[in-house]
Amino acid sequence: MATESELQYTSEHEWVLVDGTTATVGITAYAAEKLGDVVFVDLPDVGTTLASGSIVGEIESTKSVGELFAPVDGTVLEKNSAVEDTPELVNSDPLGEGWLIKIEFTELPPLLSFDEYTALLGE
Amino acid sequence: MSLPFTARHIGIDDSAQAVMLARLGYDSVDALVRAAIPGSIQLSETHRAEAIPAAATERETIAELRALASHNTVNRSMIGLGYYDTITPAVIRRNVLENPSWYTAYTPYQPEISQGRLEALINFQTMVADLTGLSTANASMLDEATAVVEGMLLARRASKSTSNVFLVDADALPQTKALLRSRADAVGIEIVELTLDRVDHPASHDHPLATGFGAFIQYPGASGRVWDPRDVIDAVHASGGLAVVAADLLALTLITSPGELGADVAVGTSQRFGVPMGFGGPHAGYMAVRAGLERQLPGRLVGVSQDASGHPAYRLSLQAREQHIRREKATSNICTAQVLLAVMAGMYAVYHGPEGLQSIALDVNSIARRLASALEAAGAELVHEDFFDTIQVRVPGRAAEIAAKAHAGGYLLNVADDDTIGVSVDETTTVADIDTVLSLFDVAPTSDAEQLAESLPEHILRTSDYLTHEVFNTHRSETSMMRYLKRLADYDYALDRGMIPLGSCTMKLNAATEMEAVTWPEFGALHPFAPRADVEGYLTLISQLETWLAEVTGYDSVSLQPNAGSQGELAGLLAIRGYHHANGSFDRTVCLIPSSAHGTNAASAVLAGMKVVVVACDENGNVDVDDLRAKIELHAESLAALMITYPSTHGVYEHEVAEICRLVHAAGGQVYVDGANLNALLGFARFGDFGGDVSHLNLHKTFCIPHGGGGPGVGPVAAKAHLAPFLPGHAQAQDASHPLAGGGTVVHAGGPISAAPYGSPSILPISWSYVRMMGSQGLADATGAAVLSANYVAARLSEHFPVLYSGDNGLVAHECIIDIRPLTASTGVSVDDVAKRLIDYGFHAPTMSFPVAGTLMVEPTESEDLTEIDRFIDAMISIKGEAMQVAEGVWPADDNPLRNAPHTAQSVVEGEWSHPYDRETAVYPVRSLIRHKYWPPVRRIDQAWGDRNLVCSCPPPEAFE
Repeated sequence: MATESELQYTSEHEWVLVDGTTATVGITAYAAEKLGDVVFVDLPDVGTTLASGSIVGEIESTKSVGELFAPVDGTVLEKNSAVEDTPELVNSDPLGEGWLIKIEFTELPPLLSFDEYTALLGE
Repeated sequence: MSLPFTARHIGIDDSAQAVMLARLGYDSVDALVRAAIPGSIQLSETHRAEAIPAAATERETIAELRALASHNTVNRSMIGLGYYDTITPAVIRRNVLENPSWYTAYTPYQPEISQGRLEALINFQTMVADLTGLSTANASMLDEATAVVEGMLLARRASKSTSNVFLVDADALPQTKALLRSRADAVGIEIVELTLDRVDHPASHDHPLATGFGAFIQYPGASGRVWDPRDVIDAVHASGGLAVVAADLLALTLITSPGELGADVAVGTSQRFGVPMGFGGPHAGYMAVRAGLERQLPGRLVGVSQDASGHPAYRLSLQAREQHIRREKATSNICTAQVLLAVMAGMYAVYHGPEGLQSIALDVNSIARRLASALEAAGAELVHEDFFDTIQVRVPGRAAEIAAKAHAGGYLLNVADDDTIGVSVDETTTVADIDTVLSLFDVAPTSDAEQLAESLPEHILRTSDYLTHEVFNTHRSETSMMRYLKRLADYDYALDRGMIPLGSCTMKLNAATEMEAVTWPEFGALHPFAPRADVEGYLTLISQLETWLAEVTGYDSVSLQPNAGSQGELAGLLAIRGYHHANGSFDRTVCLIPSSAHGTNAASAVLAGMKVVVVACDENGNVDVDDLRAKIELHAESLAALMITYPSTHGVYEHEVAEICRLVHAAGGQVYVDGANLNALLGFARFGDFGGDVSHLNLHKTFCIPHGGGGPGVGPVAAKAHLAPFLPGHAQAQDASHPLAGGGTVVHAGGPISAAPYGSPSILPISWSYVRMMGSQGLADATGAAVLSANYVAARLSEHFPVLYSGDNGLVAHECIIDIRPLTASTGVSVDDVAKRLIDYGFHAPTMSFPVAGTLMVEPTESEDLTEIDRFIDAMISIKGEAMQVAEGVWPADDNPLRNAPHTAQSVVEGEWSHPYDRETAVYPVRSLIRHKYWPPVRRIDQAWGDRNLVCSCPPPEAFE
């Protein structure tokens, strides 16, 4: 598991961990806290082609339904079935066991650094 | 002379008002209201509402209703088409429909005090799921036709097909087809009609069945025909579409369920399960889905969770998916449904049980077969041989003549076309009835000795079980049924126990006199498509009510067709759309909605084919006029409408409303004023005068129709003359023209919004009676009392909590927002803790976290008396004191009377008492509760647990051991 400062971020409150051509995606601790008790996650199937910025899944809490945006263009390599069965992992460990999908990508768009993301939260 | 009705309806008498006015520093109620409402929009004091007659007494009103009822004629309806006469078991009529414990309850948002109706609703859901053979049913829909529309929209979002075509069975009910066309058009769906029972089903790509994202099948058909749609469903699935089947619940006791046929969605009505036809409504529609589609269900869904002790407890599931949360991302604008009627239908199944229902269905089918067999023996030609309860007879050129003859003899038949008569049988139809019908066809009466041919094909007969749960197999005696209904009613908190100070919901008195006519057969037993001559009394009542509502709102014409506020909104926006289209302005599609608006506004706009643009609000919760100007400029060419709520959702009379309307008009837009808060305006200002073009009203708020635990509602749409031609029409309306303010009539020619021409007419006598007994002065007095009470609550509570938002002279309208966030910040006590603690004090919580998270919105209404209002204020002050004890460390943050609220009897009696406060503090925080205590049946309910472990049917009895 990477530390917060090693991850990259999107303005949609998602984190991205890049390893070669694989991006692991989850939602930030801030987003998990804001959502409250997560009760359901709907993730794209393995093999689905994703376009950066498009809505590819849902994260539902008792308070609202958040959307999962694809942070990069690519193809779904893996989805976290543990989080589908136990959605509360998103709350208990958003940056670790609460990861959502892994995407195979060719080109990485500009993402936010930890400091940039933190600054965004401060606004 | 006894007191006038106004003194029965308004809770605060002159002496109480004097006390409250003194507290606020005003000389009179009129002076207070005129200080609160901006002068620029006030009706002049010399305005006379001449359309509204002087107030009648309760006795006079009943006499007038009797006279109107005498102009309705209850003939034996054999029309069918989705509406059947039914026998309401008297035990259900008396103990549910006529019982304020059921009809005065609110939507079960506070589940701890709503376990009775939640259990009744889960019975309904289990009944629907069992009969339709699908995994999950919701807690009711508005009517069958709107349920079909919701089924279409569900298919659109769940199907992976890229098609915009929805296939519709040619043998669907005519009102369903009309509604589908009108609603599909607004959202860009193309309807293609197919004769589904006669198409062949090859698997080629260009076959009609392969072209849609879904298909709708009526089962049995509108003609009565029973056929096997399995091949059609398979073909629809093969191309990635979803199959939506409207099924008759009574027929499903005999024929294979939609789920077993492969349907993805089943919809329909539960009307014939003991709910009177009521000239069209209200009744409970239903929707059920297969596993995997639960999260796509519109409307409300009751599920099982557990309370703080781990005991099973019911509550509304998946609330985050509702329109009030998802706003323009919502996929449906349905909020409230038809709870009271769903409770009745569910209880009908509880009382009859599976054998009883099947026996009723067999009797119905047997009578229909007897009719068919006699006709055939006499040489008549039937359109189809396979039927459940409805047959069609070919009578070339004579259909109208036969129907007229039947009508003269007291029977109503369905003229399917010039050459075809339809006859439907229901549980009230007798052999004598069909012998009379036979005589119309010159056929001799039947005899018992005849051998009847089967009418249901062997391969479509139902073989699976249904309603096996204990609850459907226990209450056969009336004693048992009565006690079950009493037990559930006792779980709940309704207006018959105390105040329900729900902001934006207007939980005022539903007077007994207003309710009287609802169960009279002259209003209850009429088919919505009965001939005009049978319903003259109704038409008079409807046009009077339309005239009165136009008068009090300053509009020109009113449609009573929308059977919920959400549908009134949609009808109003569709009228705006129709108006722009008629002017050739097809590009006007932007709907401006303030950020403070109720989420349903945005959802309705999307369903009217509009694009939502949010307008900012300032720190006072008012529309930011600068941002409005900017948004208007940005979208000048495409501006369709602004939706604004008045008084605002924050309970404030916005000062700038007239200017806001002017800006929108100047840019070519129309102004939709949401009438949810009309209770703060009646008699003092009118939407139509200050710039509104169209509004919906909530008769279940301002005009006394009870909330029924979450429906029925009526959401009339009122409009200026230029929009009136685009208000909802209906092909089967007995009279297409409606009164126009100031004289004359106008034809409402927009698409229909409800299944029935006048929506839910059987509850209109309630609002009619209210206006009749109040008169225009009484309505203004009610507004005054509501505004006085809200300001009194705000003034007293402001010494203990911040009161957010106020308008001119620091006054609120008819409700006030109490900010709990500072208390939460300093003590850790949450808004939930305060709401649940109020239950221990014997109150229903105010509206929680709407329109501002972490706050409570209080609306006392004009009907509460000062003693009850003070009791509520004192409870809030006492709870504040308890929170301070948490802040001071007397009680730990995680173990105190607030966090552990509500307290059940069991929780204070059973086992060792280990909390740092005593039992008396837990359940008797004030002494008056000792003789008068509401005991919640469950402790605080875990919402997340239930949403993660979704169970939406009756749990096994062992779960409660």
